[in-house]
Order: sequence, then structure tokens, then C-alpha cells
Amino acid sequence: MMKISKSPWLLHYDGSSCNGCDIEVLACLTPVYDVERFGVVNTGNPKHADILLITGGINRQNEAVVKQIYSQMPENKVVVAVGICACDGGIFKECYNILGGVDKVIPVDIYVPGCAARPEAIIDGVVKAIALLDRKRELKKRNAAALHKEA
Amino acid sequence: MQIMIKVVLFLILAPVLGGLLSGFDRKIGARFQGRQGPPLLQPFYDLHKLFSKQSVVVNGVQDFLVGGFFVFVIFTGCIFFAGGDLLLVFFALTLAEVFLIMSASSANSPYSAMGAQRELVQMMAYEPMMLLAAIGFYIATGSFNVSEIVHTATPVIAVLPGMFFGFLYILTIKLRKSPFDISTSHHAHQEMVKGLTTELSGNVLALVELAGWYEDVLLLGFVGLFIINLEWWSILAAVAVCILCYFLEIFVDNLFPRVKWDKMLGSTWLVTLVAGGINLLVLTLVY
Repeated sequence: MMKISKSPWLLHYDGSSCNGCDIEVLACLTPVYDVERFGVVNTGNPKHADILLITGGINRQNEAVVKQIYSQMPENKVVVAVGICACDGGIFKECYNILGGVDKVIPVDIYVPGCAARPEAIIDGVVKAIALLDRKRELKKRNAAALHKEA
Repeated sequence: MQIMIKVVLFLILAPVLGGLLSGFDRKIGARFQGRQGPPLLQPFYDLHKLFSKQSVVVNGVQDFLVGGFFVFVIFTGCIFFAGGDLLLVFFALTLAEVFLIMSASSANSPYSAMGAQRELVQMMAYEPMMLLAAIGFYIATGSFNVSEIVHTATPVIAVLPGMFFGFLYILTIKLRKSPFDISTSHHAHQEMVKGLTTELSGNVLALVELAGWYEDVLLLGFVGLFIINLEWWSILAAVAVCILCYFLEIFVDNLFPRVKWDKMLGSTWLVTLVAGGINLLVLTLVY
């Protein structure tokens, strides 16, 4: 059986990142790391994406944007918070405009710490997210089967 | 009966071939950039995933129109490979494109609408050359029927070299390759999110992808039509030329940045007028 994890399409959103983590995320696509080996495509379209990868903390301006992007993504989806700012606000945590990490507005599945997160860590996070995608799909299938049995 | 077999063969083999071509494209493209690239079967994994994902329906009309695009692309391929009328093939392909454009403009999204407008400009650019090629085939062989065109004594390319060049030029637009992929692109990053397919997801997007594979095979079929004649080995030559042309398109795709619409339209019409027009002129004087 072909797994959904063979083709994870990724959407990268920059919250209030300092761009450090963003550059490391893009570094994953370069010849040195080449995540396209695993079928990862950096889509830029929430409707085509399976994995939402967010760098930087959430502020009052992008709160609605992040919620909107998350709601536009079709099931099954996984959220990866990259860098310490996306995990819990990091160095900007006490700022008046920062709400905190990504999990303040949408459910986060995988946390990748680091300042900036290294490409190896980001790839590790993405691979974990891919495994989670498969698990979510299995779970959904099993639930559907159980519902069918009850009916 | 023979026609039925040809149609069934096309229906089964075309997506396999198209998917492999697409995988080959991504692999070679990655190698051009010094990357290892995805596995050859990656497009099939992508398609399988899209079919198993949730489809967010923007409106029912859009899904219906995408279905129309899918059906008409396949219908066009069936006519062509069953040896039907070349004019009918071109018009049916145009109708399929119109379905796709209507589906994109039915969504209330600026990116989708912009993609639809740009697709219209692309159609304006390549349609003259396609019709000119059909006329060229008629003058060269005396028939619009594909089954009769392949039964000539010499390959058609011998009398239609200009048309062949012109067709190769518009093939870049039809295959959505880089200098001319202004309405939507295979590449991840572009300025309009995803143009035509911005508002599509799940199995509806998978249908567009699958239709693209059928279309790619159909277009390479046109390229092969320039080569195939009565000799048995001409089929091998046609396959070789098709592979060479596809490789050339990948090369161009990775070499050139995207151009603006006016440059695309101007250069395409210039090539059509010069290469296609002179070829047609010579042809009418000789025949």
C-alpha cells in the first residue's frame, strides 16, 4: 500500500521570525540537504499542503492569518513549529505584541527547538511529521470502519 | 474493433507513460541543479496522496468544469490515437482548455482568476501555430486524418521543417515549461500561488494532474506524427525524436526564467509567422 507520507507537500509561513529559521528552512531545499529526495515540495498554497511549517512567534497581526491558513488546509494535516520562537515565543516572549508560540492559536504536532533551528533538526522534524501524517490517516480509517460497523 | 483496442490501449498506457515522463522530468531537473531529486515514481505517489486527501470544494460548478476538462482531454487523445481527424483533435483540445479556464474563473479568487486570464493569453499564443500545423499536414499528405497521414512514403518533417520548429516552440507553452509557464507551473514557487489550480485540492486537483499526463502523451504524439511514415522503423525514430524533444523541453525549462506575457505572445507569433508562414508559402508554391 502506498503511504501518504511518500508525498508530503509543505507550506512555509513566516510568523514574526528574525529570518534565521527561514533561511535554514530554505537551506533544506538546497543540493546539500535536498528534502525533495523524500518527495517534499515547498508549495506556497495551503490548499495543496499537508504540512504547515511555521517559523517565529505569533503576534496580534498575524494571529488571524495563521488561523486562516490552518483552516484552508485540507485534512490530513500536520503543524510543525520550527525554532524556539515558534515553540513558545523565545526571545520575544515578553514583547507587548507577541502572544507566544504557535500553539497559542492552532494545535501544533511537532516542536523543533533551536535558535536558529539547524537544517538537520528541521529535516528530523519534517520526517516525524510525515510519520504522524500516516498515523492520522490510519486512525481516520479505523474510526470510519468502526462507525460503519456500528451502523 | 481495431479502433476500440487503440482507444483502450491509450486509456491505460497514457497515464503510466505520462507519469513516468513527469518523474523523469523532476529527476533530470534536480540533476541540473546538482540535487539528487525525488524517486522516478514520485508523480504516482503524489497522485495517490491527492486522491486520498480531503477535497475542499469551493463551488460545485468548478468541480463539474474540471470534470469536463478531464473528459475532453481524454476524448481528444482517443480521437488522435484512433487515427481520427486532426482538425477535430485540435478543436476538442481547445474545448478542454476552455473548460479549465472556466473552472479557474468560477472561483472567487484573484490568483485563480489571474491564472485564467493568463491561460487565455497562452491560448492566443499557441492556437495559430497549431492550426497552421494541421493545414501543413493537409497540404503535405492530402488528408486531415491521422490514419492517412501516417501512411505517407516519406516522413512529413521532410516537407514541414518550419512547422516542426514552430510546433516545438509552442510545445513549451503546452507542456507548461519555464519561459512560458505564466498561468500555472510545475515548479513550487511562483508569483501567483499556483494560478489556475490555486483553488483546487484533493481529488479534483488529482484529476487536473492526471489530465496533464494524458495531454503530455497526446502532444508527444503530435511530435511523432511529423516522423511516422510507411516504414516500420519510422516508429522507433518517432519515439527517439519524442524523447529528444522532451529532454530539450526540460533543458529549456531549467535554463530560462519566466518571461512576461507580451514577450511570450510576441515571440510565439513571430516564430509562427516566420517558420510556419514561410514553410506554408513554399509548400503552396511546390504542391
